[in-house]
Amino acid sequence: MSYLKFNDVQKDYEGVRAVSHFDLGIERGEMVALLGPSGCGKTTSLRMLAGFVSVTSGSIFLDGRNITAVPAYSRNTGMVFQGYALFPHMSVAQNVAFGLEMRRLPKAEIGRRVTRALERVRLSALADRLPRQLSGGQQQRVALARAIVIDPAVLLLDEPLSALDARLRHEVRAEIRQVQQETGLTTLMVTHDQDEALSMADRLVIMNQGRIEQIGQPAEVYENPANRFVAEFMGKSNFIGGTVVEAGRFRCAASDTVFSCDTSRFTPGAEALLSFRPERARITATPPDTISGANVLAGELKTATYLGQSIEVSIATAGGQSFNILLPNSDAGLAAGLQPGSALHVSWAPADTRLLPV
Amino acid sequence: MKAHISSWSYRALVFGTMLFVVTPLITVIWVSFFSNKLISLPPQGYSFTWYLNAWRLDDFRGGFLLSLKVAVVATFIGLVIAVPASLALVRGRFPGKSFISTLLLSPMMIPGVVAGSAVYIYYIQFELLTNVQLAATFPGLVAAHVVLTIPWVVRLVTASLVGANESIEEAALNLGAHPWRVFWRITLPSVRPGLIAGGLFSFIMSFTDLEKSIFLIGPGSTTLPIAIINYLEWNLDPTVAAVAAVQIFLIGFMLIISDPYIKLSRAF
Ligand SMILES: Nc1ncnc2c1ncn2[C@@H]1O[C@H](COP(=O)(O)OP(=O)(O)O)[C@@H](O)[C@H]1O
Ligand SMILES: [Mg+2]
Repeated sequence: MSYLKFNDVQKDYEGVRAVSHFDLGIERGEMVALLGPSGCGKTTSLRMLAGFVSVTSGSIFLDGRNITAVPAYSRNTGMVFQGYALFPHMSVAQNVAFGLEMRRLPKAEIGRRVTRALERVRLSALADRLPRQLSGGQQQRVALARAIVIDPAVLLLDEPLSALDARLRHEVRAEIRQVQQETGLTTLMVTHDQDEALSMADRLVIMNQGRIEQIGQPAEVYENPANRFVAEFMGKSNFIGGTVVEAGRFRCAASDTVFSCDTSRFTPGAEALLSFRPERARITATPPDTISGANVLAGELKTATYLGQSIEVSIATAGGQSFNILLPNSDAGLAAGLQPGSALHVSWAPADTRLLPV
Repeated sequence: MKAHISSWSYRALVFGTMLFVVTPLITVIWVSFFSNKLISLPPQGYSFTWYLNAWRLDDFRGGFLLSLKVAVVATFIGLVIAVPASLALVRGRFPGKSFISTLLLSPMMIPGVVAGSAVYIYYIQFELLTNVQLAATFPGLVAAHVVLTIPWVVRLVTASLVGANESIEEAALNLGAHPWRVFWRITLPSVRPGLIAGGLFSFIMSFTDLEKSIFLIGPGSTTLPIAIINYLEWNLDPTVAAVAAVQIFLIGFMLIISDPYIKLSRAF
């Protein structure tokens, strides 16, 4: 069994289901991110693990022990709260020492471990400050130090970067990841920000409306989304509805155009949703070589928006569907030559095409 | 230019207001040191006689001690009742919460004369029914004053609790603290400013109360504000100023020593 295991966990708040059929195993030392839109049940799942929220049904195992009914104060989880939740009347050092005092460790050892934890988050110089005398980033590091100093069985991070400004966020996420890897702490993180999840976690758990939609490594989830929700939540995608004609062939319902793609998950005749990523497609004024075997769509340009790193091109087909294509900045010259209404061809490789359930 | 004028008139307004508030206090303290028997300007000289005189008069000495005793006891009881009540009002979920909150705060909105006469009538009826005397007794006076103190503690402690981050209690639990240790080490210290401010205002409200007490004191035992009124009926020498000055000093002293613990401006 996994080091940390949610077994078909469910949570109802006064009859409203917040989390259902939550099944997840996490290995020792792994960092996993729960990712999903606001209200999908991420925090509830984390709080059930910490013991702040009771489980309606199912069970949670940590390091071989069933902790479902264990009170929060004996679970040995180390949590970094969304607003940090530092003790306002205690200094930085006292905040970090609190968990060790509760464990009734000898004074000398407490001192040693607090010093080491503060060094790890580079806060030794601020040990005697009060939380309100610290910047947001520093408070965040105190919260992290306070959670890791007790050597928790699992480290819990609830939207750890949400209260920081954009510039700091980059820095802090690298720092958290580094501390996690150095300490080897098994970590469960909650976030609604896909960049954060992609850059920090070993594995992602994509959630929607209280359910797990997909579990996988970052690249796996991005490249092979399990369904339309994941494809849209992790970046952007273009979709075409239709049916599988035969192995490797898919027909668009609106235009009867046929596209090539891997159809192995579907039987001929099945309805499906074809998708491709905006950054995987190219645009050309003339139809591309048919020899290349690329999937091609014809349409006309609606808008081209300059985004700095890239140019977002919106294209409408004769059938009224619209598609978004992301051109790299190096193609800015090409985009600048286009007028709204010019005829264009969108092409992308069958290997970059995904077929999703409807 | 415009900004300059408005900042100038703003300063003038602030200064004027301060002057309006502080001048009577300064004057009373000044007059209390006059040596002349009738209050008149300019003073003929300065002396400390009126303070000694006030202490020699049974009404003032007894009044001061009684007011102090009532205020201390009423504040203490008020805190013991109102702190758990505030916790329940902010953290608890139960029907009738806002009604109870309004009820506890209502003594603030009822004029003292109305409340005093109501309590008096209630005490008399209670005595007729049970033969237990409350009017003109120390417990009766304290009970009436506890009602004065509760809204202040509830209001200020509630304000601290609402401002306090509820998740710090969860953080303490998460770090291995049992619930009762969370209360003593986290919850109580985090409402300390409200607790001190609430206690302070309770004390001041009780110590300076005139309208309510006037219905409830017994013969031969008056509180300080009543003693002042009684004295003023027949005399107009600086003794009264000396008594008032002592009140001002006491309250001022309490405000100053409690200032490091509370930011009064933030308590409201
Ligand atoms: N204490 C609560 N009482 C009632 N409903 C709640 C409570 N906490 C969360 N919910 C509901 O449960 C759902 C999941 O919430 P949450 O776990 O906080 O989502 P997330 O963290 O993903 O934004 C939401 O619909 C939310 O309104
Ligand atoms: Mg949340």
